[in-house]
Amino acid sequence: MAFISSGYNPEKPMENRISDIGPQHFTEFLQPVIKKNFGKWVYHEILEPGVLKHVAESGDAVYTVRCGTARLMSVTHIREICDIADQWCDGYLRFTTRNNIEFMVEDEGKAKDLKKFLNDQKFPGGSFKFPVGGTGAGVSNIVHTQGWVHCHTPATDASGTVKATMDAVFDQFTDMKLPAPVRISMACCLNMCGAVHCSDIAILGIHRKPPIIDHKYLDNLCEIPLAVAACPTGAVRPSKVEVDGKDYKTVAIKEERCMFCGNCYTMCPSLPLADKEGDGIALMVGGKVSNRITKPAFSKVVVPFLPNNTPRWPEMTDVIKRILTAYSEGANKYERLGDWATRIGWERFFEVCDLEFSEHLIDDFRDPAYYTWRQTTQFKW
Amino acid sequence: MAKHKTPMLDQLESGPWPSFVSDVKQEAETRAKNEKGIEYQVPADCPDDLLGVLELSYNDGETHWKHGGIVGVFGYGGGVIGRYCDQPEQFPGVAHFHTIRVAQPAGKFYTTKFLRDLCDIWELRGSGLTNMHGATGDIVLLGTQTPQLEEIFFELTHNMNNDLGGSGSNLRTPAACMGMSRCEYACYDSQELCYNLTQEYQDELHRPAFPYKFKFKFDACPNGCVAAIARSDLSFLGTWRDNIRVDQEAVAAYVGGEIAPNAGAHAGRDWGKFDIVKEVVNLCPSGAITFEGGKLAIDNKECVRCMHCINTMPRALRIGEDTGCSILCGAKAPILDGPQMGSLLVPFVEVNKDDDFQAIKDVVEGVWDWWMEEGKNRERIGETMKRLGFAALANAAGVPIDARMVQEPRHNPYIFWKADEVEGGWERDIEDFRKRHQR
Repeated sequence: MAFISSGYNPEKPMENRISDIGPQHFTEFLQPVIKKNFGKWVYHEILEPGVLKHVAESGDAVYTVRCGTARLMSVTHIREICDIADQWCDGYLRFTTRNNIEFMVEDEGKAKDLKKFLNDQKFPGGSFKFPVGGTGAGVSNIVHTQGWVHCHTPATDASGTVKATMDAVFDQFTDMKLPAPVRISMACCLNMCGAVHCSDIAILGIHRKPPIIDHKYLDNLCEIPLAVAACPTGAVRPSKVEVDGKDYKTVAIKEERCMFCGNCYTMCPSLPLADKEGDGIALMVGGKVSNRITKPAFSKVVVPFLPNNTPRWPEMTDVIKRILTAYSEGANKYERLGDWATRIGWERFFEVCDLEFSEHLIDDFRDPAYYTWRQTTQFKW
Repeated sequence: MAKHKTPMLDQLESGPWPSFVSDVKQEAETRAKNEKGIEYQVPADCPDDLLGVLELSYNDGETHWKHGGIVGVFGYGGGVIGRYCDQPEQFPGVAHFHTIRVAQPAGKFYTTKFLRDLCDIWELRGSGLTNMHGATGDIVLLGTQTPQLEEIFFELTHNMNNDLGGSGSNLRTPAACMGMSRCEYACYDSQELCYNLTQEYQDELHRPAFPYKFKFKFDACPNGCVAAIARSDLSFLGTWRDNIRVDQEAVAAYVGGEIAPNAGAHAGRDWGKFDIVKEVVNLCPSGAITFEGGKLAIDNKECVRCMHCINTMPRALRIGEDTGCSILCGAKAPILDGPQMGSLLVPFVEVNKDDDFQAIKDVVEGVWDWWMEEGKNRERIGETMKRLGFAALANAAGVPIDARMVQEPRHNPYIFWKADEVEGGWERDIEDFRKRHQR
């Protein structure tokens, strides 16, 4: 493995350095029809699952074919995407905000041929490489995080839970038969990178055991006041301990006040808390970001814990399918999952989804918790 | 022949959804064969070892990445997420496995030339694995070693004219919906504003100078396709001030069943014939729509621009022509004080490219000046707002106080007044009080 220089000179690191140039301007990447009709679009149609048509004032039309991806992808896969774009789309393509790919062509027949071509591509293991769908009132891609592939604070894996879930709800990706779009998202700890706090259904990695304190190293590796300030419930305080006859500055954690968020570990490497039996996932539902009809809303916790049953998390996919089915059967057209649950009442939501309601689901975090309890005699039996 | 046995991960190769395991395996094979004779700058078996360590995590139910990691390129304080495996002897290919965030074009439109050039760099100098894209928007190059960071940065800037994205306590990489490129709902050029502010604030993006992270996102309408209201400290959402444009002939075509509602988004199920009263008029959140004598009428003064009627009948109803954006502030995830969505700070501001978006930059800089001074260590601006009050934010931003800023007025009477707002001020003498009131 011989070193190949790029031209960078480590002896003179600041020489010939280019900085602060940012991304390239997006117009460099717009295909001609998109560029020509920029800001002049009049309407659109979803011709079939995964295929969109946009019509401009000029009468020009562009046809978009949307397909799913695993988000985590190799350069071999990206080059394959490029081959398709070169062959069908004059070398242009885009990615969506949910990490799907969109290929754009100027002819309806070509779009339908492209859809068929994409649906014919498979990995050796049998999964689709480019399943077409993700439009209209269905389930699109799952916004997700790093999990055990790259992160140090996860309580579960991202790529695996997402693959298991998308396999379980795949027919909703390739069809548009729900009352409204259902956005599923995933975060492997409650830093909630991504969209877990604002999705119709959300998968969230959680811990259930307090951190283990590495007393001998803590003061050398951590800024103790930062670890203390990192705790939302004030469970961490500075402390001293004696280990093997030696005194160490460290922290103490009041275990009954710790709710296992892991934020102290984020700030201090000597407070790890990952644990095979303790860790797992919580499920949240009812969030949205659009302003359509109702206001944006946070997702709410409806299942406090399910185990990390690798590699396919069957308990998790069962519950997700159950929630989707109950929603699909019960909601009105255009009604998002959270709007449906609010309309029928959360007590009814738990009943129709056959979910257990436990004390873990009742908010107990500071003043705002009160506003989530029921200050009315209006409830259903 | 795979380097490690991965019986758990192998089970994620079946099923219809694209398998990340199959893809990583295909990269591992490509690198093992190395038909192009590439002098890989990080271990060729890096993807094999990633699968190996992931399989170990699937068995242990715990991550195998060490805490943190501080690496980067000279001149910048962020852009690279350092990462080291906690079993480096067993998996030397991922002993270093740093992530590089690369700035993406607004709207994520690409040419294959750009992507192929990037793949060439990354195949030589990295693992060959990516995320397309990170949740904030960056192109994510997943896994390389420290000595390659400057080499990759040199090639990116010199050969591709492209920069890194952001990480740390700074302005993170801004992102936009696809806006006017391919959407008739776009109320402003979200991509241009995104690009302009990204360039304007390059220094704030590359060199952390803030109490904590700060994100911009740009949605060209209230549908929120880039989720700005939930996922950015300052959220720019397109809107309009005049009337929704109504094409009555197209309305009749919807009523007559010639055009599918919501552009056909519900075509997978039989929801019955389109019923404009049930599906549009009665669902309008402000009851501002009437349908009488075959004509649709909108009381635009009462419209809250939720987009429902436009979304449902895109060929008949169009956004107004006096367009701009609203600015909302403070969205964040739960840590520390609980999650927040953006709160309305500026109901309407023009998005004017001709003066380089000065009105918007004034708000941005007013907000930053305040938060950089007042924000505590690792306090998101949403939390600073909660601690110091919304009015303090509005005053800092130079925005007039407006009833639109609240969902409802306060219900507690714990009202602060400043001394100069009260007749006579706060300086009082107890003896003077006692002249009127005996002890």
